[in-house]
Amino acid sequence: MKPIPKSHKRLTLLLVCGVIFMFCFCYMLVPLYQWVCKQEGINGKSANSAGSAAPGMQIDYSRTIKITFTTTLHHDLKFKFLPLQQHIDIHPGERKLIYFLAENQSGKEITVQAVPSITPADAARFLKKTECFCFTQQYFLKNEKADMPVYFFIDPAVSRDIKEVTLSYTLFDVGEFIKKQKHFTQGRIDL
Amino acid sequence: MTDAAVYTQDPDSHEEHHGPEHGFKRWLFTTNHKDIGTLYLFFSFIMMFVAGAMALLVRVELFEPGKVLLNPEYFNQMTTMHGLIMVFGVIMPAMAGLANWLIPLMIGAPDMALPRLNNWSFWLLPFAFAMLISTLFMSGPAPDFGWTFYAPLSTTYGPKSTDFFIFSIHLMGASSILAALNIVVTIFNMRAPSMAWMKLPLFVWSWLVTAFLLLAVMPVLAGCVTMMLMDRHFHTSFFNAAGGGDPLLFQHVFWFFGHPEVYILILPGFGVISAIIPTFARKPLFGYRFMVYATAVIAILGFVVWMHHMFTTGAPIAAQLYFMYATMLIAVPTGIKVFNWVATIFKGSLTFETPMLFALGFLVMFTLGGFSGLMVALVPSDYQYRDSYFVVAHFHYVLVSGSLFTIIAGVYYWLPKWTGQMYNERLGQLHFWLTTIGMNVTFLPMHFLGLAGMPRRIPDYALQFTDFNQICTVGAFIFGFSQLIFLYIILKASFGKRTYQVSNQVWEGATGLEWTLPSPVPYHTFETAPVVP
Amino acid sequence: MFQWISRLVLFIVIFLFTFTAYAVSGINLPYGVTPTSREIYDLHMACFYICCVIGTLVFSILIYSLIKHRKSKGATAVHFHEHLGLEIVWTVIPFLILIGLAIPATIVLKHIHNTDRSALTIKVTGYQWKWKYEYLDQGISFFSNLSTPQDQILNNAPKGKWFLLEVDNPMVVPVNTKVKLLVTADDVVHAWWVPELGVKQDAIPGFVNENWFYADKIGTYRGQCGELCGINHGFMPIVVQVVSQVDFDKWVKLHRPNAGNEANQTLTMKPLSEKELMILGKAQYDKSCGMCHQATGLGLPPSFPPLKRSRVVTGPLDGSIAFVLTGVPGTAMQAFGQQLNNKEMAGVITYIRHAWGNDKIIINHKQPIIVQPSDIERVRRKNL
Repeated sequence: MKPIPKSHKRLTLLLVCGVIFMFCFCYMLVPLYQWVCKQEGINGKSANSAGSAAPGMQIDYSRTIKITFTTTLHHDLKFKFLPLQQHIDIHPGERKLIYFLAENQSGKEITVQAVPSITPADAARFLKKTECFCFTQQYFLKNEKADMPVYFFIDPAVSRDIKEVTLSYTLFDVGEFIKKQKHFTQGRIDL
Repeated sequence: MTDAAVYTQDPDSHEEHHGPEHGFKRWLFTTNHKDIGTLYLFFSFIMMFVAGAMALLVRVELFEPGKVLLNPEYFNQMTTMHGLIMVFGVIMPAMAGLANWLIPLMIGAPDMALPRLNNWSFWLLPFAFAMLISTLFMSGPAPDFGWTFYAPLSTTYGPKSTDFFIFSIHLMGASSILAALNIVVTIFNMRAPSMAWMKLPLFVWSWLVTAFLLLAVMPVLAGCVTMMLMDRHFHTSFFNAAGGGDPLLFQHVFWFFGHPEVYILILPGFGVISAIIPTFARKPLFGYRFMVYATAVIAILGFVVWMHHMFTTGAPIAAQLYFMYATMLIAVPTGIKVFNWVATIFKGSLTFETPMLFALGFLVMFTLGGFSGLMVALVPSDYQYRDSYFVVAHFHYVLVSGSLFTIIAGVYYWLPKWTGQMYNERLGQLHFWLTTIGMNVTFLPMHFLGLAGMPRRIPDYALQFTDFNQICTVGAFIFGFSQLIFLYIILKASFGKRTYQVSNQVWEGATGLEWTLPSPVPYHTFETAPVVP
Repeated sequence: MFQWISRLVLFIVIFLFTFTAYAVSGINLPYGVTPTSREIYDLHMACFYICCVIGTLVFSILIYSLIKHRKSKGATAVHFHEHLGLEIVWTVIPFLILIGLAIPATIVLKHIHNTDRSALTIKVTGYQWKWKYEYLDQGISFFSNLSTPQDQILNNAPKGKWFLLEVDNPMVVPVNTKVKLLVTADDVVHAWWVPELGVKQDAIPGFVNENWFYADKIGTYRGQCGELCGINHGFMPIVVQVVSQVDFDKWVKLHRPNAGNEANQTLTMKPLSEKELMILGKAQYDKSCGMCHQATGLGLPPSFPPLKRSRVVTGPLDGSIAFVLTGVPGTAMQAFGQQLNNKEMAGVITYIRHAWGNDKIIINHKQPIIVQPSDIERVRRKNL
């Protein structure tokens, strides 16, 4: 066998670096995707953290947007989880407080996470929450009941075409993914 | 022909000049690009019959409504395995086999740049597929989530054998990456001194572009299945909404790999066709420069259109519009290629040997597949087509013609060069007609089925879909069994008695360095660089 | 040879076309009953015709040269191989055609994305392997299962007209009303697809997608799940009944959870005879259990264990009931507590304890075979 020429080695090394970069790039897609979703409001990613209002935000009384609330329990989770109001009308820029009722019926203590989702996708990034039980995981004792408030507004920058918005929460049992933090009961009113 | 002048042996060098070893060792330890090319081609040939048999089982189950043969669980395993093996085990190795055989011959190189790596990149494959196919014999289902393995069906809900599937994808990926690496280094560094970039045969150009695509996206697939593995076993939640992940992220990552992958399957085929059509039209390829640019443009556009596979997942309208426009744009370079091929045929001096027949079959059916491709690119219509049999028809028209037909055409075209034997022309033509008729009878009615509302990947269907499904099944059997003719032709050419020698040029209109070599090609070639006319 | 082959091709083409004409099934997209489905149809046809024109042009040039420029007819090759003008022409013209197609597509897409005031909101949840419909404002919620009996699927009985396209509880919507769908899934990705309504929307676990339709014709429209969702992906059809506003109001009254709830409750608590239970149970078993555990009770191990001689089925009564009520988390065995009422549950459990020789084992253990709705209610209370 002839020794491999130097130029082969250099090019090969370069290409291997490229391959390693692409493998890492695949993992970079994860934060990249989260970032894009947050900017664009895809899958309610922007609804996962506290939003802030632009200074001097004005309430736009000329428009009314109907917000519908809905909840889903993931895969036979034994919980009661309902919005106290089915829907409300809101003016862009107006702040509203609404409550969800949660009751642990699983017969054991449980940690849950509410995953928000907003439709239509084009409205998602304009629905902003200043407080929400969905920002953190929530710990429930056996048979514990709580009122879960959401404090939110619609950014007046929202497109005029948007006349209806749905805010949905899916409640997951996150026993497998408990974050290393104190058991949270933040942002809710125990009943 | 002055082949002896071009192909000269250097009597002083001895180590390189022994012939092949005999028996099993030759194939296991070979570093010769021709041996490895042969191995790739035979491997993919065997896999084609395996995956084809699975497709026939699927078609039998779909022959009439109600359970025919398979229960739904086994049906899903068959569709999944058929897809995976056809993509990773048939088309990609066959294209790699053609590359191994032909690239050194076409650029005037003695061998691939990294021969030992070459050996390894082939021998990873049998193990990868042994692992994948072994899942069929395990207790518990084999992978049954479709070749697109969407999470969470393949993660939280995947069968235990999914882990074998993940590792076999890793092995296939490694094999493809190594092969692509080798090809890039070969084309960059091993060209004969007088082989300028714009003199490279289009097959070499297409493979160069393909190799870069492979290097770019196979690592993404590896990353994707690694994320799956971590989700399944290490409590991460890339694709699980409960832990802050997103099932849609899987689809994004997968199709970021998946769409360029489609071009990986098709671009080398374009190269084969660009070699065959000029030969049998006896006329140089029309618009060589534009063909090269079009190939590169298709590859680049391939990276920015992946979301057109996910139009129904509820993206914002701006994203949908962007991906629709970008996807439609691909029709332009693809159109350029088709028009250039037609222009090459126009005012040529045509003969219709088997390779040309397959090339023409490709041209017509690929154009049809391109039309349905344009239709599925339109988002509103795509809402109706997505995941219906219309899509199945579309991608089979594109892939069967763009990959399978081109591979078969290439094999017929270069077989006399490789073996020194002419195949039986009548049998070859019979093979072509049966394959083409079978293929169209199988996949044409699928357009109608899809439009009428039959979803894909269902083991049983409503009564109104019966007639077309029966036609499809009949067609599939014609299509499948006519490949036995091909098997016979290949076996006869490879192992049959040497009947007569063919000339060096083989085809009257053939041009290129490989046709200056004797037929069959000697074990070692171009040890001194040839001069490119 | 060539002539023979071309005749064969001609024959097959003619055969295919005539067959197509006689075939019962449609060969094109349904025109549909919603404005969007019609717009999609028109776009589809426009694109199809454009493709036909381009195809005719390209193929006629191709066929012309295939016939005229044969070597056997003495054609000699003309050596031209480059023409910049031509290349520019066939880059620019397709580009213009594409723009011509993109404009109507954009308009239609904008219309589809227009979520103006809707009169009725229905939440659609995909489950392995059924759909759940929740009428948010009316408070109605129910599951929709395939109602084709197993016997038809296994070819033991003649197939009905709507084989695999029929459900026990269809979605009912009023005509001429904008219906908004909120689509989500419980486990894996599904897709809610009804061709005649022009709606296909992926259902993704954890997230909600939105779509809408406005049906302007009374009738029954059928569709299927459009995304591979596991073993019984092909067995979760969708049926939408579009009815008049008056009929819809009647339907709502009948299905309101409070309406006649008391009567319903007592009705579901009434003891039943063994025969009644068995008939009810067999029907419910086919619908809810048979897909996985099979009509033979042998299941599809290891994913779906057999019920024949199963320890759970033949064991103590309360254990059996609790198992079906709560399911097994992390497996395909769902909690049927919310999906079946006491009467249906009693029927199913009576049936599985009776069938496939399970009754003999249970008699040996001196356990009761027959289950009454009151037993179910007792276990329900105990489990909560």
